[in-house]
Amino acid sequence: MAASTSTSGLPTRKGLDGGSGDRRDGGLRGRLRPRAPEAAPMSGPMRAVGAERLFNRVALGVLIALALLWLVPLVWAFATSVRSADEIATDPTAWWSGSPTFEAYEDLLTGGKLPYWYVNSFITSALTTLLTVLTASLAAFALSRLRFRYRKPAFLLLLAGLMVPPQVLMIPQFLALQSTGMLNTYWAVVLPQVPNVVAVFVFKQFFDGIPEELTEAARADGASWLRTYWQIVMPLSKPAISAVTIFVFVWAWNNFLWPLLVVTDPEMMTLPVGLTSVQDAFGIPQAQLMASAVLGGVPLLTVFLLFQRRIVEGIAGTGLK
Amino acid sequence: MATTAPTSTAAPPGPERPGGRGGGGGKGRRAGLPGTRADRWTAPGMLAPFGFFYLVFLIGPLLYLLVAGFFNTSLVKGGLGDWVGLDNYARALSTEEFWASLWHSVWFTVLTTVPLVVLALVLALLTDRFSRGRWFFRLAFFAPFVLPSSVISLMFMWIFADQIGLAQSWAKFFGSDSPPSWLGDPDWAMISIAAATVWWTIGFNFVIYLAALQEIPRDVHEAAALDGAGPWQRIRHIVVPMLGRATTLVTVLQLVASLKVFDQIYMMTGGGPDRATEPALLYVYNTGFTEGRVGYASTVSLVLFVMILLISLVWFALVRRAEKES
Repeated sequence: MAASTSTSGLPTRKGLDGGSGDRRDGGLRGRLRPRAPEAAPMSGPMRAVGAERLFNRVALGVLIALALLWLVPLVWAFATSVRSADEIATDPTAWWSGSPTFEAYEDLLTGGKLPYWYVNSFITSALTTLLTVLTASLAAFALSRLRFRYRKPAFLLLLAGLMVPPQVLMIPQFLALQSTGMLNTYWAVVLPQVPNVVAVFVFKQFFDGIPEELTEAARADGASWLRTYWQIVMPLSKPAISAVTIFVFVWAWNNFLWPLLVVTDPEMMTLPVGLTSVQDAFGIPQAQLMASAVLGGVPLLTVFLLFQRRIVEGIAGTGLK
Repeated sequence: MATTAPTSTAAPPGPERPGGRGGGGGKGRRAGLPGTRADRWTAPGMLAPFGFFYLVFLIGPLLYLLVAGFFNTSLVKGGLGDWVGLDNYARALSTEEFWASLWHSVWFTVLTTVPLVVLALVLALLTDRFSRGRWFFRLAFFAPFVLPSSVISLMFMWIFADQIGLAQSWAKFFGSDSPPSWLGDPDWAMISIAAATVWWTIGFNFVIYLAALQEIPRDVHEAAALDGAGPWQRIRHIVVPMLGRATTLVTVLQLVASLKVFDQIYMMTGGGPDRATEPALLYVYNTGFTEGRVGYASTVSLVLFVMILLISLVWFALVRRAEKES
C-alpha cells in the first residue's frame, strides 16, 4: 500500500464550519466506525456537526495511514527474516515469496553467539536492577525520613547528578575500570550503571507519601530505622519498586555505548553490542541480519506487552506535575 | 531521554522533574519529625552504598575530566602526562573536526527535535479524539521505543540499502528516477538517520502528550463547541496553548537526548561518509579511544557537558518561574 507520508494533512480549511446555526455539541470523541479514509463526502450542508464529523473522518484516515506506516519497518524486518537467500536475491523488495523458512533463526541460535548474548544481557540487566533498587531506595529512605546534619547539601549534590549525562564520562569511567582490571567482566558493565539519581527521586517521592504514623509506630515499638525501611516501608512501596525495576531493566538492557567500550570478548558481549558484530561479518545474508534484529527485539517487545500499562503510565507521569 | 530513548536518542528518560518540592504538591510532606533524632550513624550508613557508587562513577569522573583537560594524558602511556595548561582547549577550538562534530550533533538535534515534537503533538491530538482503537495507535507508535538501538540500526540499514533497499524502491515508485544513496550520500545520510530516529523514539513524546490531553477537562471542549468553535479552532486556540508545559518538557528532553546521539550513527554510518555524520560523542570516542588522546577527549567531553548543562539550567529556570507564577 502506498501510505501518504504527509504529516501536514490537517484539515485546515476543509474542517471549518460554515454556519453556526446548530449549537449542539458536535459529538466530540465521536465513537465512529473506522471507515475508508477516502470516503469523506464533500457534500451536504456543512453545519457544526457535519464539520465535526468530517474532521473526525479525516483524522481517523490520517491516523490509520500513519500507524500502518509505523508498522512497516517491523513487519518488513520479519518478512525478510523468513525468506530464503535465493528469493531475497531475485527480488529483494518483495514482501512475500511463497515458502517461508526459519533457516536463518536456526543458524543464529545454533551456530552463532546469540544465546551467550541473551544470557549476558539478562545477567547484567538483572544485577544492575537489583543493585540500583537497593542502593537508591536506601538512600531515598534516609533523605525522606531521617534528619541529619548534611541533609540539604547531600540533597543538592544528588540533584546536581541529574544534570550529568553519563555518556560524557565515558573516558574516566573506562580508565577507572581498566585500572582495576575489570574489563570484560559483568561487573564492568554493571557497576557504572548503578548510581541512578532518577531512581532515588522516584523512591523519595513515593516514601514522602507514606504516612508518618506508620514509621513512627514501628519506631515506638523499638524497630531500628533499617528494620522500619525493610519491613514497613519497602513492602508498602511495590508500585515504586516495580516502576523503577521495569525502567532500569529496560535502560540496562538497551545500553549500548558503555558495554561497547568495556567488553571486547564476543562471549561476554550483551545483546545490543553483539548485534553489531553480526553486521560486521562479511557477506552475511540479509535474512540472518533481519532474524537477529527480530531476536534482538523480541525480549523487550514482550516486556512492553506485559507491562504496557505501567510503562506508559511511568512515562506519562513525567509530563504531569 | 533518549531520547530520546532513543536515545536514542533513546530518549532516554531524562530528569523526571525538579525534585525536592518538599511541602508542595499536596502529598510530599516534610521528611523527618521533630523528636525523632536518628542516632549518628544511621543516615550516613544508609546513604553510603549509593553514595559510594555515586562518588566513584559520577562525581569522580567529572572531576577527572576537569583535571585531565589540562594535561596531555594519553591512553598508551598511563598516568596524567604533562601539564599543558589550556593547550587542549585551544587545539579543540581551532580544529575543524571539533566544530564539525558539534555542528553534526546540533544538525541532528534540529532534524529530530522538530518532527519529534510537532508530529507527536499531531498524533496525540488526533488519537485523543477516539476512545476506541486507542490501544492500536499506542502500540504502533510506542512499540519501537523499547527496542535497542542496534535492532533499529540493523533494520534501517536494510531499508536504506542501495539498490535492494525498501526506501529506494519506494522512492522509485513515487517517481524518482535515481533515488539518492540514503546512507552513502553525505547530504542525505544524516537526514536518513534522523528519519529512523523519529520512527524509533516518537512514542515517548506521543505518550506524554496523550496524558497531558487527558488532563484537559471535557467541559472546556464543550463550552468552546457551544460557542460555535469548530474542531480546528478549538485545537489551535484552546488545546495547544494548554499543552504548553508538556511541550516545554518534551522539547528540553529531546534537545538533551539528541545532543547525546551516538548509537545509531556509530552503527549505521560510523560517522561517515567522509565524517559527514560524526557527532560530538563519536568524536570523543574516536579521539579518546581510537587515537588515545585522553586529555584532548576530556576537553571535548567537558564542552559537550557544559552545552547540555546550559539547556537543563534554562529549563529549570523556566519551570521555577512557571511554578512561582502559579
